[in-house]
Amino acid sequence: MQAQPFSGGFADPAIASATAFRQVMEAMARPGTIHTITGAVPPEPLSPATGVVLLTFCDPDTPVHLAGPLACDAVRTWVAFHTGAPIVRPSRCMFAVGAWDDLMPLSAYQIGTPQYPDRSATLIVQAEQLAPNGAILSGPGIKETHALSLPEIEAFQQNAGHFPLGLDFVFTNGDCMAALPRTTIVTQKGDV
Amino acid sequence: MSEYNFAYLDEQTKRMIRRAILKGLAIPGYQVPFASREMPMPYGWGTGGVQVSAAVMTPDDRFKVIDQGADDTTNAVSIRTFFERTAGVATTTTTSDATVIQTRHRIPEEPLSEGQILVYQVPIPEPLRFLEPRESETRKMHSLEEYGLMHVKLYEDISRHGHIATSYDYPVKVEGRYVMDPSPIPKFDNPKLGNVAAIQLFGAGREQRIYALPPYTQVVSLDFEDHPFEASKPDHPCVMCGAENSYLDEVITDDTGGRMFVCSDTDFCEARQAAGHIGTMNGKDAA
Repeated sequence: MQAQPFSGGFADPAIASATAFRQVMEAMARPGTIHTITGAVPPEPLSPATGVVLLTFCDPDTPVHLAGPLACDAVRTWVAFHTGAPIVRPSRCMFAVGAWDDLMPLSAYQIGTPQYPDRSATLIVQAEQLAPNGAILSGPGIKETHALSLPEIEAFQQNAGHFPLGLDFVFTNGDCMAALPRTTIVTQKGDV
Repeated sequence: MSEYNFAYLDEQTKRMIRRAILKGLAIPGYQVPFASREMPMPYGWGTGGVQVSAAVMTPDDRFKVIDQGADDTTNAVSIRTFFERTAGVATTTTTSDATVIQTRHRIPEEPLSEGQILVYQVPIPEPLRFLEPRESETRKMHSLEEYGLMHVKLYEDISRHGHIATSYDYPVKVEGRYVMDPSPIPKFDNPKLGNVAAIQLFGAGREQRIYALPPYTQVVSLDFEDHPFEASKPDHPCVMCGAENSYLDEVITDDTGGRMFVCSDTDFCEARQAAGHIGTMNGKDAA
């Protein structure tokens, strides 16, 4: 057996996850702001930031879906060893990880129920790029507007239309991350 | 402190609370159920706030605790000491120096800034609870946005007293969707809930609920066109610092009707006195 599945976790779990959580919480509270999170060295094709998010939030209570090429042995064993999270299909998951195209269709994930809208999936999207330009974001957490490079726009508009139900998104690239909760209104640059 | 895990709680509990906080921020004003733990203090002493504080705290934080605005009351002192011992964090009483502020029933007078987190201790998180005791029903009312009962309650206030007599725990509507209980803060503080730079988190330990307000969120106190919301306070200046615009505590000074009004926010009052603002009874014997 290779050493890889057993390495790459947090060196000091309590401190590392506390520090990472604060960044992710700031990102979710201020949609579109880009934060740096470090401390995990997950196997390819997981990005370091994705690894940090999984280590911070996932445990045996949180079913995880691995989409597309992420559903490989290296990732499965790493997630299993470090978090103990069960690997499940999209309709059962609390967290889903993958590239945007591999995560489709969004209708496969739980968006909560009218009485429990919190019982919805959080999608961790491994983005090809993460930059403060592109789509225009507004809504709770945003003073005026933020800009964020999103893979598309319509999907997020439809998701926001389900409010208070809906999916929440975390975007990762390298050791950077940003978040987009269901409340954020996404518009094309130039649209009013 | 090596005797405890950082910030007292075990890691799996903190992950569970952190997931609840994240969903709370994604659905502002909605009460997320969480598996509240037994804490080494009684329910009603801020176990919900303590669990939220423990989940958000990092070793770099400076922690402040206020109880009805005061840094030096039993509840505030014991919670501050609890985190000094279990998390080793720095503590402060100065509002602007603090990065995490846990509060019971007040919002600091000084405006909060980005990078600060305000954690509320909440006794009853459900604003409709005294109108409808069944959780199954209040949950349905929230899902259907059925808040008529709350307006009836405020209307009955008006018909009985001539004005909305609810003076604390005054219900608010968040982003036009969820009616939320702001915890028993005086309604004087309600305007400070909305459109602030800081993150606001609410923890109810006994009732097992967490909810949140992201920064720059619209928070409207419920009212009527002909009876608009009014953030009231005692019509006096503070006798210690002379402030006219701060929330005041009434202090009974003798058994013949003597009383005085002082700022409930001790840090605000002391900073004003240090800056040379002197009230009418400052320097004199209070009795």
